[in-house]
Amino acid sequence: MTFDEGQGYIVLATLVAPLLAALIILFIPSGQKMAIRYVAAFFAAVMLGLSIYIFVAYQVDGGQIQMTLKWVWVENTAFLGKDGITLHLAVDGISAPMALLTGIVAFAGTITSWKLNYRPKDFFILYFTLLAGVYGTFFSFDLFFFFFFYELAVMPLYLLIGVWGSTRKEYGALKLTMMLVGGSVLIWIGIFAVFHEANLGTFDMQRLFAAGSDGTLSPTFQKIFFPMICIGCGVLAALWPFHTWSPDGHMSAPTAVSMVHAGVLMKLGAFGIIRLGIQLMPVGAEFWMPGLMVLGVIGALYGATAALTQRDFKLISGYSSVSHMGYVLMGLATMNQIGITGAVLQMFSHGVMTALVFLLIGALYDQAHTRDLKDFGGITKVMPVWVVFYTIAGLANVGLPGLSGFTAEFHIFVGTFQAYPVFGALAIVAAALAAGYMLRMFAIVFFGPFNIRWKDLKDLSPLETMAGGLLIASIVLMGVWWAPFTDRIGQTVAAIPGVIG
Amino acid sequence: MRDYTIFIPEYIAAGWAVLVVAVELFFPRVRRDGLAYLTALGALVWGISALFFIGKTPQSFQGLIESDNFTTYFRLLAAGIVAAVSIMSASYMSGRTKATGEYYGLLLIAGCATVYMAAATELITAYIALELLSFCLYILVGYLKRDARSSEAALKYILLGAFSSAMFLYGMSLLYGLTGSTSYDGISAGLAARGDGTDVGVVVAFVLILAGVGFKVSAAPFHMWAPDAYEGAPMPITAFLSTLSKAAGFALILRLFSVAFVVDAAEWRWAFALLAAVTMTAGNLIAIQQSNLKRLVAYSSVGQVGYMLITIAAIGYGDQTVGLNATSGLLVHLIGYVVSTLALFAALTAYYNKTGKDTVEGLRGLAETQPFLALVITVSLFSFAGLPFFAGFATKLFLFQGATTDELLWLVGLAVLNSFISLYYYLMVVRQMYLFDPVAGMTRFKISPVMWVLSAGLMLGVLFIGIYPGPAFKAAENAAKPLFQQAEAAGAARAP
Repeated sequence: MTFDEGQGYIVLATLVAPLLAALIILFIPSGQKMAIRYVAAFFAAVMLGLSIYIFVAYQVDGGQIQMTLKWVWVENTAFLGKDGITLHLAVDGISAPMALLTGIVAFAGTITSWKLNYRPKDFFILYFTLLAGVYGTFFSFDLFFFFFFYELAVMPLYLLIGVWGSTRKEYGALKLTMMLVGGSVLIWIGIFAVFHEANLGTFDMQRLFAAGSDGTLSPTFQKIFFPMICIGCGVLAALWPFHTWSPDGHMSAPTAVSMVHAGVLMKLGAFGIIRLGIQLMPVGAEFWMPGLMVLGVIGALYGATAALTQRDFKLISGYSSVSHMGYVLMGLATMNQIGITGAVLQMFSHGVMTALVFLLIGALYDQAHTRDLKDFGGITKVMPVWVVFYTIAGLANVGLPGLSGFTAEFHIFVGTFQAYPVFGALAIVAAALAAGYMLRMFAIVFFGPFNIRWKDLKDLSPLETMAGGLLIASIVLMGVWWAPFTDRIGQTVAAIPGVIG
Repeated sequence: MRDYTIFIPEYIAAGWAVLVVAVELFFPRVRRDGLAYLTALGALVWGISALFFIGKTPQSFQGLIESDNFTTYFRLLAAGIVAAVSIMSASYMSGRTKATGEYYGLLLIAGCATVYMAAATELITAYIALELLSFCLYILVGYLKRDARSSEAALKYILLGAFSSAMFLYGMSLLYGLTGSTSYDGISAGLAARGDGTDVGVVVAFVLILAGVGFKVSAAPFHMWAPDAYEGAPMPITAFLSTLSKAAGFALILRLFSVAFVVDAAEWRWAFALLAAVTMTAGNLIAIQQSNLKRLVAYSSVGQVGYMLITIAAIGYGDQTVGLNATSGLLVHLIGYVVSTLALFAALTAYYNKTGKDTVEGLRGLAETQPFLALVITVSLFSFAGLPFFAGFATKLFLFQGATTDELLWLVGLAVLNSFISLYYYLMVVRQMYLFDPVAGMTRFKISPVMWVLSAGLMLGVLFIGIYPGPAFKAAENAAKPLFQQAEAAGAARAP
């Protein structure tokens, strides 16, 4: 297979599909709810198909950046030189699995939202805008568009949570938005500084990456601005102590938004640390990585401990996300190939797993209208499929071999032991705590005495089973056959300057 | 030879103003909104006539008026603002007052004054243009004379405005005494001949001039008039104040400081950096507490002025190339700001026409009762906040990036932080519209087709600049070039 310009248009199509969906839904009268759902499902399926294609077509030995599309946007004006701002879309070994993740989670989220009945038109417009932002961030190789799409992914959350959310939704929505945009402020200042310091008249990230490793961005500069970028992106990746929006936000968010948010959006933060931190400022990254390691370990331990004491399903998942994103940050902080590969694997693994968990919590909450563990008991009797699905998600969360969580955490732990043995040991403590909170939940909810109040609960609907099945298939696939992932990620990670082999 | 052809666009505009007044005089029964559309047509003709000047060799009229791309840029901007505001006024004014001929005439005259504030290359001419604009605005703010708030606003505006004009004039006279000239080039030469040392007279002159123009663009601490004037003025005039009067102020400041005063930049640049920092912080922090929409927009626009003032500081700190970049950033941000503000006020005016409410609370449930207006308001507020897809994202990025120099990185950081603060109070407005149900008794309503088209057009403008900022940025750069001819020469030498 040869890679030509045509492949770039596939990437563009993946990015445009959600925007087109939002635009088409905008012109459907709000009364036509079924039409809106069909359009949404159709475009979600298209996005899934394109994402799978991109993942499969990315060639392991075909060069770092593939499927490039470059459109000059603004050039030779004022401070911008040649290729000042380009719509530079491409895929590398890290963004290929991320695109696949987005496709899977977005599709599952769309069909889970089928029964959403309150203003579905507005919901899907915002939902697809968010997805366009996510795809755009993963594909952008231009700093201007990177930040454009990054902000675009955060922007619709306020309304999505504020209008369609549940428990304390206004508080959760505002807190989440302000904290995430506060993180963007740091990124934004970092971008100004990088552009000014590099003085190349371009936002093109490939040229800026080169500037980062050849010393055009001086070591002092990198050491000053790396923490800024790292914390700015880290807010979205639930970096402790900037994670506090995460439990509240997840608790308030509607099901599909929780799925996309925990499943994909939080990964944008970690992805930002890779792109703008490790790739753009390798010297700064090397200098600050021990700090990130400490915060990552604290996040992993803290999230797991907090999850151990919670009674709300969503809070448990929220804190468990903090814990798992802590692993991701630890993996990045190792600065060795296996650790960073593990981090990206964990981004994927946690994405599908969390999406599944939030899907299941949503399915239960819609009927029961409570998420308190203590209200439930013996659910296995009435919702067997639900329990099976939840068990798989939970075991993946714990890191059972054969499921995706094991693959990812194994890589991270090996990487951490190579770089910082003490922290590696602590990470394993966190994994043990994860087993604790998961098994505690299983015991209370699935088994135990059956609460007669729940005798009318229905099991998963066919659509939910389908969405859940898709996510489980990804979890198992990555658990048993991880070579397609590690090959792609590994070859890109190996090429990053400053990463130890 | 005196070439009067450079005044043709303003002959048209001013002539049209007389025509509008005459039409009402001789045909007293003419439909009031007809006059509004006649004015908009006049502004359109004026704008088209200005198009012929794009890219022409700069021409000076007796060293008083300069017709170059910079002037043309503000001609087009002023014509656009006048057209949008007069369409906005059509239904608003015809329901509230009987005599509207003068109102529309004054809109056009104020537009002409803006052009000459941009074109003036001599202090007295600049001052006359400034006063012409101010007097038009004093009358327009108080146009609803039976409305106590409108009259009160006009009175406050006149008193404080006259005071600031006096300061400006005093600064001018000091400067004339020091340099012996009132022309920008003469002042520049005079300041250059003065030597390097700090001279109290020069500093006092600069500070007085800065206070005078700071008042006109409502920079803190000279912004006190703005919230009252904005609140009391008729809604379309509030839009006019926050767009045209600010654009005019910056036109004057840009040419004055980058041509005449730049040689003595060390004496005033710190003051602009300080002014920018105070203005943006004060504007955004006070805006959080506002419950009236017009006051909220007033303080938010004070914050925006703070961002724009960074540019002037950058002109002082950087060389000619930095000045050119920063000014291009400012001019492109000005378009983004103007279009977003006009879109916001088009929607607010349409809403006010239906409901008579101008508080933040009053917008409650607008997403249910009039989703289109809610969308336009959200788009323009998000554009102010600098969110992607909307003009503010790209233009603010250019503005800040253009002004980024080693000395001013702290100020740019503060500006980014401020635009984060501003998101909070914009979200508070969005929250009223989308998160709450309408108050009892409010049902879905329709707005007039004219207002629909105007709002939709302006909203598309916001989106276009946000998604494809290239053309606007290029136009801004071409407009900035005449002010920085040395940078242009350096650029030409660099290019192959």
